Amino acid sequence: MTNPTNLTYCAEFDSLFQHQVFGLPALEKRAALMPVFNALHQHHLACSQTYARLTHGQPLSFRTPDELPYLAVRLFKHYSLSSVPDNEVFRVLQSSGTTSQSPAKVLLDKATSARQSKALVKIMQNFLGKQRLPMLIIDSPSVVKNKALSARAAGIQGMAFFGRQPVYALNEDMSLNSVAIEAFQRQYHAGPVLVFGFTFMVWEYFVRALQIAKQRLSMTNATLIHSGGWKTLVDKQVDNPSFKQKVSEVLGIERVHNFYGMAEQVGTVFVECEHGFLHAPSLAEILIRCPYTLKLQKMGQSGLVQVLSSIPSSYPGYSLLTEDLGRILGEDDCLCGRKGKYFEILGRLPKTELRGCSDTMGAG
Amino acid sequence: MAVKSTMSNQQKLVQAFCDALGVSSQTVNDELQYNTIREWDSTGHMVLVSELETVFNVMLDTDDIIDMSSVAKAKTILAKYGVSL
Repeated sequence: MTNPTNLTYCAEFDSLFQHQVFGLPALEKRAALMPVFNALHQHHLACSQTYARLTHGQPLSFRTPDELPYLAVRLFKHYSLSSVPDNEVFRVLQSSGTTSQSPAKVLLDKATSARQSKALVKIMQNFLGKQRLPMLIIDSPSVVKNKALSARAAGIQGMAFFGRQPVYALNEDMSLNSVAIEAFQRQYHAGPVLVFGFTFMVWEYFVRALQIAKQRLSMTNATLIHSGGWKTLVDKQVDNPSFKQKVSEVLGIERVHNFYGMAEQVGTVFVECEHGFLHAPSLAEILIRCPYTLKLQKMGQSGLVQVLSSIPSSYPGYSLLTEDLGRILGEDDCLCGRKGKYFEILGRLPKTELRGCSDTMGAG
Repeated sequence: MAVKSTMSNQQKLVQAFCDALGVSSQTVNDELQYNTIREWDSTGHMVLVSELETVFNVMLDTDDIIDMSSVAKAKTILAKYGVSL
């Protein structure tokens, strides 16, 4: 913590955090974000030999987000990248990626972990309000009992900040816990409630399971928040509009927000607004690059998603090239009123097409 | 447990920390901070929040949960809801 690059970063982050989370138009956002990203770049240069090697020859500071170096997200599956001494790592977040045998490892220190919670709360408050709501979790309670922190358990723990008296809707074997669900509905039918789960699980073990059991719920006061990716659902030809339609039909829930975020950048999530678009908060940025040349795409063109987060100081993952395809639809002018870029995710890049990795991974 | 009603708010606070986190009362002082002991991790934190809400009959919002990073902070936050400590 006495590291001077870290102190500079912390000061810059605190100043960015003062801004409204969806209140900064493009130029102001850049002015607020770039000092944080430059401080992170310098911090990781000083504290991670790997990062220094990968970004060898790059300047110390940059003018715009697209000039900043980026690492392929895949690197976190192969290496434990760290910018803190081993004794400051207090948590290792593991995500078992769908396309990879080896789980990604993200090393967290207390400060990074605390910022993750703060950011998640600030972003989600914009959609849920500050009050905590009775919460129905579409998962089995055993998921959080395992001490090795899976990304799934971490996601539930993160969202648990918004709930009170959480109820798990599924049994250990993923079957519907009808007793718990009915009791939850009976107790809270009059006021707002929060329903949270991973997209695939909400679909398969809640919506579909209820459908098969020929049951319908009427959770008209609920807001459903879900995340975790569409890969399995796309294989079943379920897209966001059809997901929402079934959720409305079977659960009676009209307020549905998907969010996009990387296990490697917990905290800075991109939440779907009332008009169906994912939004970049002031604490993060999104860029789209051509899958072949890695050049920045124009607005509206699809390409590889690069995500930048103001949070990670314990590992050099503030700027990551993902393997997701997406498209920016506009900036500062969404009908929902939120400033910043809004976008959609179009799926994952087929494995064989991934090129340019050597460019991002450097000679090291 | 049965004597809870005769306890001072200070004693109730310490007891709530002990019950929620499973630590001894000697551990609970103003300087004790979130994530510095194994018992007070994010899971313990939510149990603690729920215990404080029950004991003092208050409803904490998400800002309170993030701000409650020490025993001293917990007191400040409870004071905001009219709990004198």
